[in-house]
Amino acid sequence: MTTAAETPSDRSVLPITERYALLGWLRRNLFSDLFNSLLTLVALVFIFTIARILLRWAFVTAEWGVIPANFNLIMRGQYPAAEAWRLWLVIYLLGAVAGVTWRLISGQFSGAARVLIAIPFVLMLIPFFSMGTRLNLFITAVASAAGYYIEGYLPIQRRGRAAVYFILAYLVIMLLLLRGVGAEEGPMPPVSPILWGGLLLSLLLAFFGITLSFPLGVALALGRQSKLPAIRVMSVIYIEFIRGVPLISLLFMGQVMLQLFLPDGFPLVDRVLRALVAITLFSAAYTAENVRGGLQSIPRGQYEAAQALGLSAYQSTINIILPQALRAVIPVLVGQFISLFKDTTLVALVGIFDLLGIARTILANPDWLGTQQEVYAIIAVLFWIFSYSMSYASRRLERRLGVGVR
Amino acid sequence: MQSIHASQVRPPFYRDERVLGVFSQVLVVVIVLGLGLFFFSNMISGLREKHSVAISFSFLGQAAGFDIGESLIEYSRERTYARAFLVGLLNTFQVAFWGIVFATLLGVVIGVMRLSTNFLINRIAAVYIELFRNIPLLVLLIFWAQAVFLKLPRVAEAIVLPGPIFLSNRGVAIPWGLPTESWGTYLVVLGTGIVLGAIVAYVLREQGKRTGRMPLVTLWFVVTVSAVGLVGWVVLPQPLTLDQPALEGFNTQGGKILSQQFMALLSGLIIYTAAFIAEVVRAGIQSVSKGQREAATALGLTPAQTLRLVIFPQALRVIIPPLTSQYLNLTKNSSLAIAIGYPDLFAVAGNTILNQTGREIEMFTMIMGTYLSLSLLTSLLMNAYNRRIRLVER
Amino acid sequence: MSENETADEIIICQDVCKWFGDFQALKDCSLRVKAQEVVVIIGPSGSGKSTFIRCINRLEEHQAGDIIVDGIPLTRDVRNIEQIRSEAGMVFQQFNLFPHLTVLENITLAPIQVRKMKKEEAQETAMGLLNRVGIPEQADKHPGQLSGGQQQRVAIARSLAMSPKIMLFDEPTSALDPEMIKEVLDVMQELAESGMTMLVVTHEMGFAREVADRIVFMDAGEIVEVGTPEHFFTNAQHDRTKLFLSQIL
Repeated sequence: MTTAAETPSDRSVLPITERYALLGWLRRNLFSDLFNSLLTLVALVFIFTIARILLRWAFVTAEWGVIPANFNLIMRGQYPAAEAWRLWLVIYLLGAVAGVTWRLISGQFSGAARVLIAIPFVLMLIPFFSMGTRLNLFITAVASAAGYYIEGYLPIQRRGRAAVYFILAYLVIMLLLLRGVGAEEGPMPPVSPILWGGLLLSLLLAFFGITLSFPLGVALALGRQSKLPAIRVMSVIYIEFIRGVPLISLLFMGQVMLQLFLPDGFPLVDRVLRALVAITLFSAAYTAENVRGGLQSIPRGQYEAAQALGLSAYQSTINIILPQALRAVIPVLVGQFISLFKDTTLVALVGIFDLLGIARTILANPDWLGTQQEVYAIIAVLFWIFSYSMSYASRRLERRLGVGVR
Repeated sequence: MQSIHASQVRPPFYRDERVLGVFSQVLVVVIVLGLGLFFFSNMISGLREKHSVAISFSFLGQAAGFDIGESLIEYSRERTYARAFLVGLLNTFQVAFWGIVFATLLGVVIGVMRLSTNFLINRIAAVYIELFRNIPLLVLLIFWAQAVFLKLPRVAEAIVLPGPIFLSNRGVAIPWGLPTESWGTYLVVLGTGIVLGAIVAYVLREQGKRTGRMPLVTLWFVVTVSAVGLVGWVVLPQPLTLDQPALEGFNTQGGKILSQQFMALLSGLIIYTAAFIAEVVRAGIQSVSKGQREAATALGLTPAQTLRLVIFPQALRVIIPPLTSQYLNLTKNSSLAIAIGYPDLFAVAGNTILNQTGREIEMFTMIMGTYLSLSLLTSLLMNAYNRRIRLVER
Repeated sequence: MSENETADEIIICQDVCKWFGDFQALKDCSLRVKAQEVVVIIGPSGSGKSTFIRCINRLEEHQAGDIIVDGIPLTRDVRNIEQIRSEAGMVFQQFNLFPHLTVLENITLAPIQVRKMKKEEAQETAMGLLNRVGIPEQADKHPGQLSGGQQQRVAIARSLAMSPKIMLFDEPTSALDPEMIKEVLDVMQELAESGMTMLVVTHEMGFAREVADRIVFMDAGEIVEVGTPEHFFTNAQHDRTKLFLSQIL
């Protein structure tokens, strides 16, 4: 057999080339000339110093007790402990939906899907988690694997539509679970959004902010591109006004003035809801600008071809223009979602207990005085993990969508 | 024969293209105006019932009655609300100005590092960018304020850096120049230097246009101005005296004291914005195609000439518009000062004045009007710049 | 001329004028096209040929003169515009296929949306048309995976799916590599032989000579000369026509 005969010789050659390659790599990338070598030395000293400070702080100075003690608060705010099972159910389902979506995007069993299923197992390693939490994480992993395989059994043509149904159903179920249904003493008593908090609230605000702002943003983008001057002018005014002022001023205005604009007795008393209105109106202007970028990237010929075929303005927008424009701006919209997720921290300044707001309440507790470094570091890390993994995923998605579509 | 004069036939109005266009616009306008009127009338009646006041800006003339931690202009609690508003605005400008200067410097350095062929340098820049772009600015600001500056030692045990610079939980004390009597004269000298530098630059540029060999205009400008400045400094009797901070009891004396709030806000804004500016710079330099570099090299230009005459002008075009929007973002983001107690425009007007007077409509109008005019001004300038570039391209 | 003067004239243009700002793109253009006739429009670039045929299905709005297509006057009446557009198919220089849809979806979109045809029926028609233009095997591909010639044939099939009475061609071969031009011209010739009324803007003189019933020469927004191919290539009257022909032949 030829392959067997070749293997030994390969094996005897490879290490040398590899050693050579490593040396060559070092030479090329770190010590190509005197200046480069100096830079390398400076960089090494810098990295060493920073690493020493950080490691010493993390393993010697820092008092991490504050985190396990307040973990539930950080994750879900004041959401009643007795109803926590509902949140876990939401997470199981999220795992399943993630599995379905990943199957749709990746097509086959890729490394990324393995990462997805690995996430709960990695989380199970966190030392202070109880066995109950670990079991819940395990179930989540099983759910995402199940979602992945169920989607795999469907014929290829049905997968896209099935995934959309899964996601829509998930949204409805999630809201029902979170909000609760039925009587106060029933199996799922209502939980007021005032009590939602921590990471849960940050994620929900970002998600609903972007989802609710999306239709408004698309409408504004179409309005700005419209041939009709009155519609164009009004869209421009809205977009430029919102983009010209800081989000914090809109949030304050939402809290202070929203009530003024509405008739007496209009049910918008909830702080969280008022913040969501401000976030949605804010986000819509940015969505509009991003979608406009997509609309502008569509050549005139597409409009003309649609017209020449006799499609009405509405038909060509829905069937021809928007599908292409939105596909072109998916990465930008993900970027916007990430920055909105980061921006939700601002609601902490109007008295809402999102991740940052909760951090402030923990630090106000006399038991945890002086643990600012630890608490804010954890908050920052949580935000970083979510933002970074989203931007990483979107880059991969972009690469996948880029191939074979056009 | 069939009627040829088809254009004279007016279609029924409900099928007329133009009528339909006008109609849909009118419909949208009516809906929007209706909504606006609905909100407005609610607001007016609400105001009448709850506060029994009408909208008026006359309260701005009343005494503010509150102190502001730091101010660029003279201010006390007896001064008016209008004055307090101005103090906040100037504080916003101050932090935005220094923020823009330092964020640009840091951002350019990191952006260039990101393109370095040295693996370690490249990675450090990449880690910096990915780290700070993915953390909320507000968390970063509060972290700086509460986990860094507040954790610095008390003034009595302040960390002393050469300069001397005192770092304490009150803020940072740095050496500062104190103007003497001849300072005014010196400013005049410096002004003359700038005018002279501009003339030199203009002459050189014209000459460059004529010969086609562009000299280093900016460099000569800087050289001229510094030469005049240096001569003035030597000739005049000490326009500035150095005022060094010193520890006296529980406080530092002398020098300039940058408050803890100001420093936290500034550092947070710089570090955060620099990550975005670095990406803008990297993308700008990378946008100049490899072919351009190869063409310049093939023509026999040196690497320095290639950079100055070919790469840089092209990269700048790509960089400037997103860079401007980063500056605008930084300015708007400085409104987060309210979270760490720095008295910027929003903290003074949207919080203190608003809480004292209850004038929501008036204050929000003024705040948003200010931010809005800033951003509109910037985008007007940007549009003009873009139009010029487009003309050059043709 | 036959006694049945206007009855079978399917396109009537009378003194059509069009301005872009101050620039007059069309100056009193008049042309009558009979049913089943193939008219080729030639002329130097910028002479208004494209603008002229784009006015016929209202991609451009003419500002003076009259256009009547199959008895329907082209006015601001949206119903008339819709009717004319569904009777006149158009093929573009840049194909303008919809890149996010498959070939089959490109062809069935308008019949389903505009003609309210059943999906199965539309697909059946579409497959028939793809057979006719010779690329049935490409039905499930996206336009980006096809060669230029194949894309243009799909574009022709897409227009034919609306069963138009008239086909407008706006330089259909100008964006194609030389080796692909013939496959598109063959499809067009077959279409002409099947009795389709066609208005073609092109630089392909071979096609004009062989297929056209009449040739129209346009220059500087005016229709300078109209005649049979024979007349045109042997006996052109106008100096401008002669100059143009001498430059391209």
